[in-house]
Parts: sequence; C-alpha cells; structure tokens
Amino acid sequence: MTDRPMVRFDKVSKRYGPLTVLDSLELDIARNEKVAIIGPSGSGKTTVLRMLMTLEAIDDGVIWVEGEPLTHMERNGKLIPADRAHIRKIRAKIGMVFQSFNLFPHMTAMANCIEAPITVLGMNRKEAEERAAGLLEMVGLSQKKEHYPAQLSGGQQQRVAIARALAMRPKIMLFDEVTSALDPELVGEVLQVIRRLGSEHDLTMLMVTHQMGFAKEFADRVCFFYQGKICEQGPPKAFFGNPQNERTKQFLHAVLEAG
Amino acid sequence: MWDWAFTFEILPTLAKAAVISIEATLFGFVLAATLGLVLALLRIAFPWTAWPISVLVELIRSTPLLIQIFFLYFVFPSFGVTLDAFTAGVLALGIHYAAYCSEVYRAGFDNIPRGQWEASIALNLSPWTTFRDIIIPQAIPPIVPALGNYLVALFKETPLLSAIAVLELMQTAKIIGSETFRYTEPITLVGLFFLAMSLVSATFIRAAERLLNRRPAR
Repeated sequence: MTDRPMVRFDKVSKRYGPLTVLDSLELDIARNEKVAIIGPSGSGKTTVLRMLMTLEAIDDGVIWVEGEPLTHMERNGKLIPADRAHIRKIRAKIGMVFQSFNLFPHMTAMANCIEAPITVLGMNRKEAEERAAGLLEMVGLSQKKEHYPAQLSGGQQQRVAIARALAMRPKIMLFDEVTSALDPELVGEVLQVIRRLGSEHDLTMLMVTHQMGFAKEFADRVCFFYQGKICEQGPPKAFFGNPQNERTKQFLHAVLEAG
Repeated sequence: MWDWAFTFEILPTLAKAAVISIEATLFGFVLAATLGLVLALLRIAFPWTAWPISVLVELIRSTPLLIQIFFLYFVFPSFGVTLDAFTAGVLALGIHYAAYCSEVYRAGFDNIPRGQWEASIALNLSPWTTFRDIIIPQAIPPIVPALGNYLVALFKETPLLSAIAVLELMQTAKIIGSETFRYTEPITLVGLFFLAMSLVSATFIRAAERLLNRRPAR
C-alpha cells in the first residue's frame, strides 16, 4: 500500500492535431514527493499538470491517482473512459494554482475560499469560514479577508489562490508557473508560502517552474522535459551539479546565463 | 384642433389600455430574458445543440414579428393549439426577443476568461454551481445595458398586438378614433405615453447598471 505511487502516468500521450505534445509519458510520483518540472516552452511540461487536473483530455494511456484510474474507470475488470461522476470523485484529491491566479473577481478573498467547501464538500458556512480564516492566516492575509481580488497585489492574489485550493483538502497540489506573472519583488512571498506548505503539510506537489534556485532547494526530484519526453530526471543536487544529457546542459546553461 | 375636453374624456380608457401594454411588455420580457438565457446555457452545456439553436435564432430574427404573431394566433389553431389574443401576443414577443437576448447572453458568456472555468474545474465545482455562482454573476452585469435596450424595443413593438385585436393602447386608440372620428388626441397621447415610458425605463436601466457595477473596479 505505502509504496503505491500517488500519481502514475502510464504511457500517456497528448496530441494536438499532428503535433505530439506528450509522447508516451511514464512518470511515477511518490506520496509527499515534491517534483519540479522544468523545460523550454512547448516541451509539454504544463500539459502534464493540465492533464492531471483533467483540464485536458488525454489521447492514450492511463493516469492513476493513489492506485485508482483518473481518466478511466474499471468495469468488469476492463478500463473504460471515465464518466463525469468518476472524474469528479478522483479529482477531489487534486488542487491547482494557476499562473494567472484565476481568482473569482466578484468574490472577496474569504468568499473565494469558502465557495467550493460549501458547495462541493457540503460544509456549513461557519465551519468553512473558520477553516478559510485559518488558511488565509497561514498565507499571511488575515487582514485582507474582505478584500476583492482587484484590491490585492499579484502576490497577495496568488496567496489567496493557494489558500482557496488548500480549502478543498487536496492530497496533491499542482503549481503551474505560479510566480511567472508576478513582479520580481513579489515572487519571494509566494515561494515562502509554498515552502511552508511543503514542510508543514502532507502534500504531494508538482510544480512547473522557471525558478531554478527554488527547484534546487525545494524539490526532491527535478524532471527536465524536452519535446514531449522526460529527457533527464534526478535529485536536484545531481541534476543541477552534474547533468548528463546534452539538452539538459544546454538548457541549464541558457537559463543560468539569463538569470 | 386639439380638444382638451375630449382628451380628458378618453384618458381613463387609454390608461386602462396602457396597463395591458405594460403587462404584455413585462410578461414578454420575462419570457424573453429567461428563454434567452436557457438557449445560451444549452449551447454551452450541450455543444451539439449549438447548431439547431443558431438555426432557430436565425429563423426567428429573420422573419417579421408581425408574421410570428399571426402565426401563433391564426395558424396554431389549425394544429389544435388555440391561444387567446393576449397570450399569443405575449408568447410571440417573448420568443422573438428571446432570440435576440440569447445572443446577448452568449456574448456575455464568451467574455468570461477561460481561467474562470478552469479554476471552477480545479475546485471540483459542479457545472450547475459553476454557472450559478461563477459565470452568471460575472456575465450578467456587463450585458444589462444591451438587455435593457431590448426591453425598450419590445415595449415599443407592443402596438403590433393591435393586429390581433389585443386591447392594448394602439388598438384602443384606433377604436376611439373610429367611433368618434377624432384621431389627433388618441394617437398623440399614445405616442406621448410611449415616449414617457421609454425615458422612464432608460432611467431604471441606468440605475440597475450602476447598482450591479458597484463592486470595486476590476
């Protein structure tokens, strides 16, 4: 039971017309593992998160979450494409934070954080508000509960988005370039929250990031995507210290040069 | 030329007829706004309905309202559906303007950023909750002015109901005219009434718009 992976991509492919974005991806992620996904644009790294969040359908293969199929369901010992109810059931284990925050602009920070717990988990309002208050405090925004997204900085909005996702008690958190849309001086506050999550919560985390320094310090494993395949992966020390693949070397060279 | 005594004499009759015009407008618009929303939602929830719905909308928008009124009132009885004049008129107005309203709603929904749908999926909201709590509250405020314009337009088309003898303002004015051979006062009064009501509704729509947009700037 314990060595069953939290997430398994089993020969998963994704195509857009003639373009193969992901080519028979095989990737296992252990419980509580922190995985950083890096790679050039168009390498398929964001698609990995979007498929796991069921924002994109897959063309081939099966995605498993805690030993249960996400994209499929079992009927008479066979896997058939999952229906909506099955997807919703498995999807409840996954939360996601987006590059562009995607907060609900017509709701306060608090309302953003209690919407799904009330309507999906069936929590009563009082309980949901207490939990949301705790989460907003954890991300350092207890003073901003009644603020609308437009009244918050990008960093604050992103921290609300993290609290909102956590309010659904996911086991797996996906971070899709969560600091890319932020002014440089706001990046630190968001990374700080993610660091805290990693150390204080039992969470499996997948993050697509361009912050090499953060990946190096935070991740248990770094996966380098190139043209729809994992080109190289390993613990950050080895990956950054002694990359084996020529593509990896080129990429790291270019990124470190730039930043 | 203008007979004030006659004016005051016909005013109560016209006022009663005005109530019918306003009722037809309100029922018609509630139907138009609701049915329009349903059509727009169907298109999103069940993509296969998009094609039949756009054909239907095009059909309704490309034929005169008067013909649709006649169709409901004079042709439907031969299919066994007999409607009284008021009901047929309100249905025709409502369905006709539902076609226009559905396009307005569609534009409103199209303007919601994809990220809002994706965040709703990521939070595992049901499609129904997503529409009710996330999409509709954001889509409606910006389209209130456009819906309001159709409310006023629908109101100004209620005189068409006189063609199937609904005793609304225009029909009443025509009857007064034919009985007294004086058309100046009744027709002028009807015109003034429409002018006044249109101005009043425009004020209400602007107020509603302000109320809905009170939220802090995005």
